[in-house]
Amino acid sequence: MDPSRKRKIRLVVALAAAVVLASALVYTSFSASSEAKSPSQLVAGAQPGQSYELTGKVAHGSVRREGGALLFRVQDRADTTSVPVRYVGAVPDPFREGREVIVDVRKQGPMFVGEKDSLVTKCPSKFKAAHST
Amino acid sequence: MAILGRACLIIALGLAVYGAAASIYGARARKPAWVESGRRAVYAMSGVVTIAFAILIAAFIRSDFSFGVVVDHSSTTTPLFYRATAAWSSQEGSLLLWVFLLSAWSSLILFVLARKGKLREIAPYATAVLCGLGGFFLFCSIFLANPFTTLANPPLEGAGLNPLLRYPSMMIHPPALYSGYTLFTVPFAFAIGALITGRLDASWITSTRRFALAAWFFLGLGILLGARWSYSELGWGGYWAWDPVENASLMPWLVGTAFLHSAMIQEKRGMLKVWNVSLVLAAGVLAVLGTFLVRSGILDSIHAFGASTLGVPFILLIATMAAASIGLVIWRRPSLRSEHRLDSLFSRESIFLLNNLVLVGLCFVVFWGTFFPLISEAVTGDKASVGPPWFDRYTVPLALILVLLSGIGPVIAWRRATVSKLARYLAIPLAVGVAVPLVLLGLGVSYHLEALLMFGIGAFALTVVAQEFVRGAGARRAMTGDPPPAALLALVRRNRRRYGGYVVHAGMAVLFIGVAASSTFHHQRDVRLSPGQTTKVGGYDVRYQKATFNVANDHRNTGALISLGAVLDVSKGGKHVATLNPSRGYYPDLSQGPVSRFYQGESTSEVGLQAGLRRDLWTAVEPDTSRIDRLAAEADRKFPDASPRLSLFIAGTLAAGYARNPPPATFRVIDSPLVTWIWLGGLIVVAGALIALWPVGLRARRTAPVGYGARVARELGRA
Repeated sequence: MDPSRKRKIRLVVALAAAVVLASALVYTSFSASSEAKSPSQLVAGAQPGQSYELTGKVAHGSVRREGGALLFRVQDRADTTSVPVRYVGAVPDPFREGREVIVDVRKQGPMFVGEKDSLVTKCPSKFKAAHST
Repeated sequence: MAILGRACLIIALGLAVYGAAASIYGARARKPAWVESGRRAVYAMSGVVTIAFAILIAAFIRSDFSFGVVVDHSSTTTPLFYRATAAWSSQEGSLLLWVFLLSAWSSLILFVLARKGKLREIAPYATAVLCGLGGFFLFCSIFLANPFTTLANPPLEGAGLNPLLRYPSMMIHPPALYSGYTLFTVPFAFAIGALITGRLDASWITSTRRFALAAWFFLGLGILLGARWSYSELGWGGYWAWDPVENASLMPWLVGTAFLHSAMIQEKRGMLKVWNVSLVLAAGVLAVLGTFLVRSGILDSIHAFGASTLGVPFILLIATMAAASIGLVIWRRPSLRSEHRLDSLFSRESIFLLNNLVLVGLCFVVFWGTFFPLISEAVTGDKASVGPPWFDRYTVPLALILVLLSGIGPVIAWRRATVSKLARYLAIPLAVGVAVPLVLLGLGVSYHLEALLMFGIGAFALTVVAQEFVRGAGARRAMTGDPPPAALLALVRRNRRRYGGYVVHAGMAVLFIGVAASSTFHHQRDVRLSPGQTTKVGGYDVRYQKATFNVANDHRNTGALISLGAVLDVSKGGKHVATLNPSRGYYPDLSQGPVSRFYQGESTSEVGLQAGLRRDLWTAVEPDTSRIDRLAAEADRKFPDASPRLSLFIAGTLAAGYARNPPPATFRVIDSPLVTWIWLGGLIVVAGALIALWPVGLRARRTAPVGYGARVARELGRA
């Protein structure tokens, strides 16, 4: 086979492999992703058993401990709508009332049950204290 | 002082604009005096920015609360060490740190090149690019996030440095990361200069290689320190979480790693010019993108991390950088043709090429996953994100291939390799690579395909490196008669880049073995225990012996006034293994009542860690403070005007009460094998990079005696 033809075949094979891999990447990312929902979206229509990624603020005065579980309400950023969450697992240090959190939840009865160790608060490098003057 | 700082920033911006204009004019009109003047403007910019940066640091150290940023990010109770670092915990301060490092590194490269008289044609354009970047960040510093904003009525006390940032790495981790980011813009600038002038031989790569390597080194160091930080401070026991901020630093590092390898092909064979220049440009754009991700909060939507005014200007900058890069590469395509063709798929060139594809593929995976929330919103209208399992699915196999290639690359011949020769070089490493997983299985390690593959491949790569050192030292010894250690030392000194690279390979193999072992075979338990109760983790019995407390005894010097902890007794089969003391430090929040302020502020975990070569026992405690909180609130009502001493006394009494009669506490206990290998591997990588980076001394630079090369080749052939 002459060299230029050989190179062309190589190029086509390499490009085809890249396209296949890239499509796999794209396909799995869409199928494996979890949708981010705000509390009001969950109140409006959450299916029991379905998993959601809940984002919002920890409502003031809502954090309680019950046995090994952490109970709190997640509130909309702008609104006052909130949903109750029951969570077991690691609680990041910056978890506080009023802080923004993300947690994977599943609807069970009136409660949203957090998946173990899915609770995330913001990275400490992002803190900005409220102006105290 | 603030006004002086502000003036410095404005002068520096003027110098950046002048430097860019003078350099371009000088280059186009062929007036070297203007080019030189442009270069001097960079030195001057560096000097002026250093003054501004020093003023800011001094304001933090002096707790000068007329500075707005000092009020927001520091306080008189923040220990001196952390006051000195608090400057870069703020948006404003970290932008200034960026400009400071950029102008310092720019001055260094321009100074070095001018002294050696190298890259005379390219340097003016590179100067202009560096001035442009510096100017952009100065513009942001002056108009969008000014660190020298003053308050008319300075308060007496500031908010304090966030407790989570009070960890010794705070002094090195951010400057190392930012050094990495800014250093990647140096080869970027020279690549742009080379494209504009059309001087596209390997000389710009050779002259900026050390800077690319330094960028790779600092960024890697920053990433490693960040991983270590999250492992030992943030309280969840993990070292990597595929967080956007982590990914932001990983992307330019991966592309930089690819470039360090493919640059060798251009130097040796004049091939892959388009590829190399694209990698350097991509690394530069990704470095700025990384800064942007960390600083702008564009991924807010999901991770909700603080808004900022920097979004639009940054997007404009990144778009300009990317568009200019792509345009220039297309324009210069005819001059970027390879001088040679790939002779054979069975050659070092093609292994390097494959390594590059894997690294760029990894970078693409990370990029896609990181920006997926934005992509998904654009496509489906819904924000969605992918988690660590998605990342692992792609990165694990790619990492396996990468380590395998790192073992083959060093021994396969350039141009065209022969099977028989390669088989001879790889026979022992292959045998070791197959034997290690089998032996481990025989020793009772449970079957996990990916982990066992990584152990085998890691052992293979390590054996290759060891064999290369033995072979090289043997050849040298045969020639000079030096004793083995001296021969080894001389070998490394003669070819720092090559052997430094091998040391880096060994370190990465060790690191990946640690990652594979600790992520596959770790045992973790979150458990609620009362004193006297025991839990089982891995093969260990962990007993909660007693609760502890500490008041106004801040032995870690982080500013935590009160801490509550636990004494854990760890045993295996009835035999005592370790005593661990995890605790939680509480930082006062002055906006709360006089007593409850001691418990209502931020709190951070101090991990109880028993680290070892074989395994780490990692523990963290979360004390139940609900009783303390109730009593503190009561005390607030009873003693609303309590003096600070009295309220600390009451808070301390509550802590003592907690320790005397402790409620059940929540513990996280992790038994994780080979975590130490990650840090050890990282240190080996750092050592290897330093070997390659270290300036070559005069003695080593002397040309080798005639016939030396021929003799070494002969010895190697025989070996």
